[in-house]
This record gives sequence, structure tokens and C-alpha cells, in this order.
Amino acid sequence: MTVSQTSFGSHQPVLEITDLTVKYRGDTRSTTAVDRVSFSIGTGEIFGLAGESGCGKSTIANAVMRLLRDPAEIAGGSIRFGGRDVLAMGPEELRRFRWQDVAMVFQSAMNSLNPVMTIGDQIVDIYTTHAGYTRKESLRRAAELLELVRIDPARLRSYPHQLSGGMRQRAVIAMAVALKPSLLILDEPTTALDVVVQQEIMAQIKELQHQLGFSVLFITHDMSLMVELSHRMAVMYGGRIVETAKARDIHAAPLHPYTQALMGAFPPLTGPRVPLTGLADGVRFSNIADLQEASPGHFVSPLPVLQGAQ
Amino acid sequence: MSTRVSAAPVKETAAGVPAPGAPAALEVRGLVKDFSSGGLFSRASVRALGGVDLAIRKGEIVALVGESGSGKSTLARCIARLEKPTAGQILLNGTDVLKRDRFQASREYRSQLQMVFQDPFGSLNPVHRIEHFLTRPLTLHGKAGTPDQLRTRLDGLMTTVGLTPDMLNSYPHELSGGQRQRVAIARALAVEPDVILADEPTSMLDVSVRIGILNLMRQLRDEKGISMLYITHDLASARYLADRIAVMFAGELVEEGESLDLLANPAHPYTRLLVSAVPDPARTGSYDPRERAALRAAVMESASCVFEGDAEQRCSATEPVRHRVGDPANGHWVRCHLYRPPATAASHALSAEPLEPGPLEPGPLEPEPLDTSPTDGSRTEDKASA
Repeated sequence: MTVSQTSFGSHQPVLEITDLTVKYRGDTRSTTAVDRVSFSIGTGEIFGLAGESGCGKSTIANAVMRLLRDPAEIAGGSIRFGGRDVLAMGPEELRRFRWQDVAMVFQSAMNSLNPVMTIGDQIVDIYTTHAGYTRKESLRRAAELLELVRIDPARLRSYPHQLSGGMRQRAVIAMAVALKPSLLILDEPTTALDVVVQQEIMAQIKELQHQLGFSVLFITHDMSLMVELSHRMAVMYGGRIVETAKARDIHAAPLHPYTQALMGAFPPLTGPRVPLTGLADGVRFSNIADLQEASPGHFVSPLPVLQGAQ
Repeated sequence: MSTRVSAAPVKETAAGVPAPGAPAALEVRGLVKDFSSGGLFSRASVRALGGVDLAIRKGEIVALVGESGSGKSTLARCIARLEKPTAGQILLNGTDVLKRDRFQASREYRSQLQMVFQDPFGSLNPVHRIEHFLTRPLTLHGKAGTPDQLRTRLDGLMTTVGLTPDMLNSYPHELSGGQRQRVAIARALAVEPDVILADEPTSMLDVSVRIGILNLMRQLRDEKGISMLYITHDLASARYLADRIAVMFAGELVEEGESLDLLANPAHPYTRLLVSAVPDPARTGSYDPRERAALRAAVMESASCVFEGDAEQRCSATEPVRHRVGDPANGHWVRCHLYRPPATAASHALSAEPLEPGPLEPGPLEPEPLDTSPTDGSRTEDKASA
């Protein structure tokens, strides 16, 4: 736990999101999935985004990649990547931006591989399409890439179903870093994997991050995993960020009741058994106010109005 | 719904565990399950369970942990009679159910043992109201009674699992994942079983409601004395919920003991591998590949047994010997390291990482500079130590 707890705040931000608002428009009503969210990620920083399903964290990831389709609509705010305005990019610029600048590992990455193509062909595809290498050169690089994530290059000829879940996930991560992006978005990269594999994948990501120096936007609902991996993190609820600080600070002293509930949802591995309560069904926070600085670098939304059963 | 946890909710020590002499509600003896592999005429088979002995006493929660592929779900499926075991005995309240109901589970068996499945989105038929799921087991098992009695029972079940009776008229899609899992538990409770098998009941749920389901399971044990087999790969939740934890590796149990004691003093290298894999922000030392490599080696090619030379606890390289660990009151035993189940290549904990991790030299992929300046490794190190 050395590098991961350092603050990278002084660095030039790679990604800067300001007041991002995303709405899903329906025929009769529209839902605000992401509501005035702002954060930035520094060079080489791992930034965690936590929250339960439906809180808008994946929508943010898709917005950064410009993958949102109707009925989703970016209703306001800006996304800047290395000084460029992502929302203003034309189709050709966007094509180069995706995968070369920002790569994403999707939630069900294991299933995002094409079942009728070999792993090798799928990696070669990336190089020939985006980097313009010859097939031979691409194959050589594909082999190197698999070695990087510790998969035997002989597996290039394997089909996805011939690999275990963990290997498939590592292959997907290898593909994501193939073009050495400066930002890697991980959307729940280890859901559906068991703890042992999960830990290996996370160690792999840390190691790659150390070697290649990319920044990471890490999305998960597993707070323990996030605190272990991230430098800074934000907790989202109902489309808003309720708390953001260094991961260690949030772990040590969560300020917002929702963060506390999330933290309280994970039984510890040591110490006496104490009853935990988590978040009771029916507790809802509404009208989440803007963040205020509670202590240096630790921002929290002022205590919200509680509704429903306690 | 006030508090889910009763006044003295979580027992601090082994006090809540039934006395060692208490009769077993469910006992499995030497259970073996082979799956045939290869073609129709192939005799090849894969051994998923290699002689499992496990007992769950009345009113006890036992957690079965292990990585995917270790055979824990196969064991549950065999006990639930969804798979036919190749050999061995399953005793429910002292009766060998494999002899009694030879081909499939009888209704009597189903009324004694119920299952809660992993996915509450898949296990509730979307076209029926909640009422249907609870009425049906009652009718099938002849416990429905008069319409008035039925109504009272349904309301009681809903209240027991922390839902309101008016939800009986809802459809599954109107409920949240946690509420659906509560319905699934209510359905299992309807026939008043002695044993509930819960196969990863919380892994599909949102983190914030998981703990509520665990608390509910514990409360049912405390109030109704239902025995449970809780199958999970989440060691922290196993520690939170279960009285005892049994660790499964390659189809055999390698360690078992009182939950807190087992996780505080894991004796088998495989258990220690599992424990070290759990993300725990409170832990000081981080993931250490070298230590893990040593543990893996200890599982795969153990050369010595820590109990070697102990006259009372002999060890063996050919048959499974159970060594007692620590205080006998904790019932903590570990399988002799010398003897190990024939691990298949499917075991992630052992095969996925290289055995000798070293500092990675900058690979051939490194040279081209990134768009933005890459992180300077030494600088981050300095900052960390500062």
C-alpha cells in the first residue's frame, strides 16, 4: 500500500469533468441520471467512483467515451481530456480518441470478446485498425501484449470459450492497454469473478498502471476493493457526488450518511463480530446539496433531508 | 420494520453455537460425485467431490467457502438432490435420505430442506404475484388450511422476512433485488424446513442491502432454530454470518473450524491464500506476490507437515488426516498438508499467477512515449515514503 495512497492532486489533470448533467428523455418524463457532477483525474492517478446500481456511475463512463445513445442526452457541463473538449469532437477525431486516448473495460468484459474470433485475431484487429501495422507486426505485438498480462502467447490461437473467466478478463485488459491509452476506464472489472481471481486482476491492473503510467477511472460498488486500489475516490448517490476525498480519508472517516452506510455494508475480516446494518430499505436521500470542503481535500455534501423509514 | 437485528444479535464467541454434542440436522458422509466427461461411450470422468464429510448441527449456520470450481455448489446440488451423488450418504435428522428416496427427493424431504438461490431475478416467475410464490408451497405441502388461516400465514411470512403484507399483491419486477431475495427466503420458510441451503444468496444484490439479508438469515436461525448451509466465496460475510466455516479445495474439505478462529489462525496454506485475496483496507500489509507464491507452493508440493513429530497427531501423505488446531473447543481442524486432493488445472488460486514473480523489467511494449508524460516511478515512490 505505498503508491496508491499518495495524492496526485498537483498534477496536470488528464480528465476534467465539470458540471456534467446527463438526462434520459422519455415520452412523458425525463430522468436525470447524472446531475452536475464535477471531478478531475490527474496523470497516473487512480480515481474511484463508488455507488450502487442505478446511481449513474456507468453513465458517466459512457459519457466520457461518448457512447451514450438516445434517449440519453448530455444536457450540460463539459468533459475535457488533456485540454481538448470531448463533447465537441467530430466523428474522425472521436474514433482516434476512443481506444487510443481512452480505453474502457466493460462490466461484463468476459462476454465482450467475440466468440467466433480467436483472441489473436481480435488483438490484431486493434493494431491494424488503429495503429496501421501489418498483420505480421500486429501478431508479434499481440504476443507481447499477452505476455504482459501473463498469458501464454500460444493462447493467441484460442477462442474465448477456451479460456477461464480470469484469463478472458486479463485478455480484455490487455486489449484495452494495447494502444497505450492515457486513461483507462474500468467499469466493475471484477464483478462475477471470485475473490482470488479478482485479486489477481487488480494486482495486474496496478502493475500495468505502474509500468505504463496511465490514469484510471475505476468504477465499482465494492468499497473495500476501491479503498485498496484508488488514490482518490468519489461516492455517488442518485446521480450526484455526495462525498469525495482521498480514499484513505473516506475509509478512515466517512462523513456522509450514505458513505457510512456503504462502508458499514462490508463485514471486517478481523476484530470482534459487531452487528452491521447497512442501508435500510426505503431510506432515500433527496435534494443532495453541492459539495462543501469539510477538511483539506475532503468534500462532502451537507447533511441531506432524510425521507422514509429509518 | 424496525431493527433487523435482535437485541443480542451477534454472538461474540462460540456461545451461540450449539453444544458439540447436539445432534446433526444434516450430515454428509463420504459424498463423492463424478461427472462423466468426453463422448457418449467415454468412461472418462471428472471427480467434483472426493469424499466430503460435513455435519450441520441443529440451529447452526455453517459457511462453505472456496473459489469457483472448488465443488461447493456441486455439494449443495447433491444435498438438494438436484444431482445424484456417485457414492456416500446424506443424513437428514438421522435418516439416510439417499436410501429412503432412491430416485428423487420426496415431498417429505423438500419440507425438511429448502434452497435459496443466487439470483432472485431468475428464481421468481415474473408472471405471478408474490402471493403465488408463498401460497404454492403451502398448498403442495398441505399446510394451507382455510382461506383465513392461509391469509394469516402469508401475512406472518411477509412480516418475518421484513416485508409488508400489502406486497403480496406485487409482481416481482415491482420489488428491488433485496426485497425479491426476501421473498425467496419467505418461500423457503413457508414449509417450515429444518435446513436451508443458501447458495450465494447475496452475490447478486447491491452492497447496501446485502447485510440486511445476512442479518435476516441470522435472525431466522436465532428465532426459529433453522440450520443453514451458507455457500459463498466472500470470506468476510461468512465470518459475519456463520458459526463455523468449512473450506473446500478441489472437491474436498481441507479445513474447518469456528469462524473467527479459523480466519484469525488459518492453518492450511490454501485457506491462507483465500484470506490474503480478500480486499481489506484495514489490513496493513498489502498483497505480497512472494508470500502468495510460497503459499501456492505449499499447497501444491508440500514437503513437510507442521504436525510432524507430534505423537498424538500423526500425519500421512496418502490418506486424509485431520489435525486439531488450537483449543479443542473451537473444533478447528486442518487436513494434513502432505496429503492433498488431486488438484485439477481449473484451480485459479494455484495456477493463474506465475510461481516466481519478480520485478518486471520494462517489457518490449514500453518504448513509445505516451501522449501525456508517463508517471515517473521513482517520484511516486518518493512521495509515498515521504
